[in-house]
Amino acid sequence: MILKGKTHKFGDDVNTDDIIAAKYLVSTDPAELGSKCMETISPYFSKSVSQGDIIVAGKNFGCGSSREHAPVAIKGVGISCVIAKSFARIFYRNSINIGLPIIEFNSADEINAGDELEIDLAEGQIKNITQSKTYKTEKFPAFMEKIVESGGLMRWIKMLG
Amino acid sequence: MPYTITEKILLAHTPGKKDIHPGEFIWAKIDLALANDITAPIAIEEFKKSGAKKVFDTKRIVLVPDHFTPAKDLRSANQARMLADFAREYKITNYFEVGQMGVEHALLPEIGLIRPGDLIIGADSHTCTYGALGAFSTGMGSTDIAAGWITGGVWLRVPETIKFIYKGKLKKWVGGKDLILYTIGDIGVDGALYKAMEFSGPVIEALGMDDRFAMCNMAIEAGGKSGIVQPDKTTESYLKGQGFPLRHPTTKQWYGFGGQARVKGQGKKRIDLKSDKDAKYSDIKEYDISKMEPQVACPHLPSNAKPVSQLKGVKIDQAVIGSCTNGRISDLRMAAKIFKNRKVQSTVNAIIIPATQAIYKQAIKEGLIEIFVDAGCVISTPSCGPCLGGHCGILADGQTAIATTNRNFLGRMGSPKSFVYLSNPAVAAASAIKGRIAHPEEI
Repeated sequence: MILKGKTHKFGDDVNTDDIIAAKYLVSTDPAELGSKCMETISPYFSKSVSQGDIIVAGKNFGCGSSREHAPVAIKGVGISCVIAKSFARIFYRNSINIGLPIIEFNSADEINAGDELEIDLAEGQIKNITQSKTYKTEKFPAFMEKIVESGGLMRWIKMLG
Repeated sequence: MPYTITEKILLAHTPGKKDIHPGEFIWAKIDLALANDITAPIAIEEFKKSGAKKVFDTKRIVLVPDHFTPAKDLRSANQARMLADFAREYKITNYFEVGQMGVEHALLPEIGLIRPGDLIIGADSHTCTYGALGAFSTGMGSTDIAAGWITGGVWLRVPETIKFIYKGKLKKWVGGKDLILYTIGDIGVDGALYKAMEFSGPVIEALGMDDRFAMCNMAIEAGGKSGIVQPDKTTESYLKGQGFPLRHPTTKQWYGFGGQARVKGQGKKRIDLKSDKDAKYSDIKEYDISKMEPQVACPHLPSNAKPVSQLKGVKIDQAVIGSCTNGRISDLRMAAKIFKNRKVQSTVNAIIIPATQAIYKQAIKEGLIEIFVDAGCVISTPSCGPCLGGHCGILADGQTAIATTNRNFLGRMGSPKSFVYLSNPAVAAASAIKGRIAHPEEI
């Protein structure tokens, strides 16, 4: 799968309350949650996202609560992929389970806000079109690759019977 | 092969497996799968979409509407109703209406659903609380829980363990909350990312259950997968209800040591719930806590911990005593010692939230509620309430709270322009009386 979009940058320790505040957890609708995504720390974020855009962040992205609404909101606002130096554990699981591509990438700092990226998930490659740079990234562990390939956890379980 | 307690529990829950190593992926059997009124709706939707006809075990699913209940508005009422309907339709026995309920992580141990050696997953990040009883428990998302409800299993990456050893003697007014805030302050909010946190040493051995719950509860605030304390005499007394009047006396101990999942998959030998002497740790941290003051975590991260005496100038508008971290009976007793015959500062809202109905009743019996009301506090029905900015104490623009809760992220308790400081119940009570952050010794 090839993903293409411009980047939105965030810092370290972006937590799930930042991604979607608890007051909005009275809905499970991706579009509604997406419209409130990042509201606390970046009030105009949802309006500035075009379909396919990419979040680039620092370490420990998605720390805090277990709310699956967080990756759902990110997907719902139109983000195609999150690149971060590291991810909080539950957010990582949730993203894989709902089919939001995420990439651990140590040199996330080299990417600027607004850069145009092209990501090849299968090849594990990030191409920064704006800066004319190409990076190799870590692939998912084989076990998780299978879940992602099946289209998420529920489908993987179905395949197991 | 030598193992940590965490590795032993995971191995025992993985049928057909002879050995286990950190970093490997396992498909483990679960003893319990929990969800609440925020996370269960997505799990229920996923469950129904999957076409599953029944749950793996009607007794091993727990549904606790506690976050926005008693329903704070129409939409939260509709979400909570989904839990009630699902519980009825699939004959799930562990579902709790407001009269029987409590904040999930206080309720489950209290009613005897948690046993040492169990493997528990919950769609709530603070599911790690149950490690205080020597169980492996970890938070995850709704889809994981839905999968658990169907299959009775979960995929896990076996975590490395960091061992924390606490030595010395705790000062007065210092407890489990201070130890964990201090620890997170030391290692940071991702200091234990993906790892199990094993709390040990003479200080932990002398610690009561409520303090152990508070410590394991906040493992997630260091990025931890789980927190755990090896079961000992304190654990055993708690499980038998000795000296713990709130333990449900009639609950049958149907999980036993190591859980049913283990018994089915691995024969009937009990797990030795101790880390082996030569078990491998990714890191060992040792703290001498004899000089440690009560700790306060400053906005906007739980890792911004400072000794309380450095923060005495900070004025507060609200004090909250409650939550899955510090809403238990010993927390309320500690707060009552401070509030007795004193008055909350007239500019402060002081909110007390007993974590369960049983704790509430016990607080009435012991006269604690009267002390709180006389001091000028309000008492709420059990709920997560203000901890996550839900209801019952939302902060306005510019306001500051001190809370015994577990997170102080930007906007966590309401306005993005508000500030939350985290502390133990004695510090929160002392601060409510002074109108500014205060050491209990000042009272």
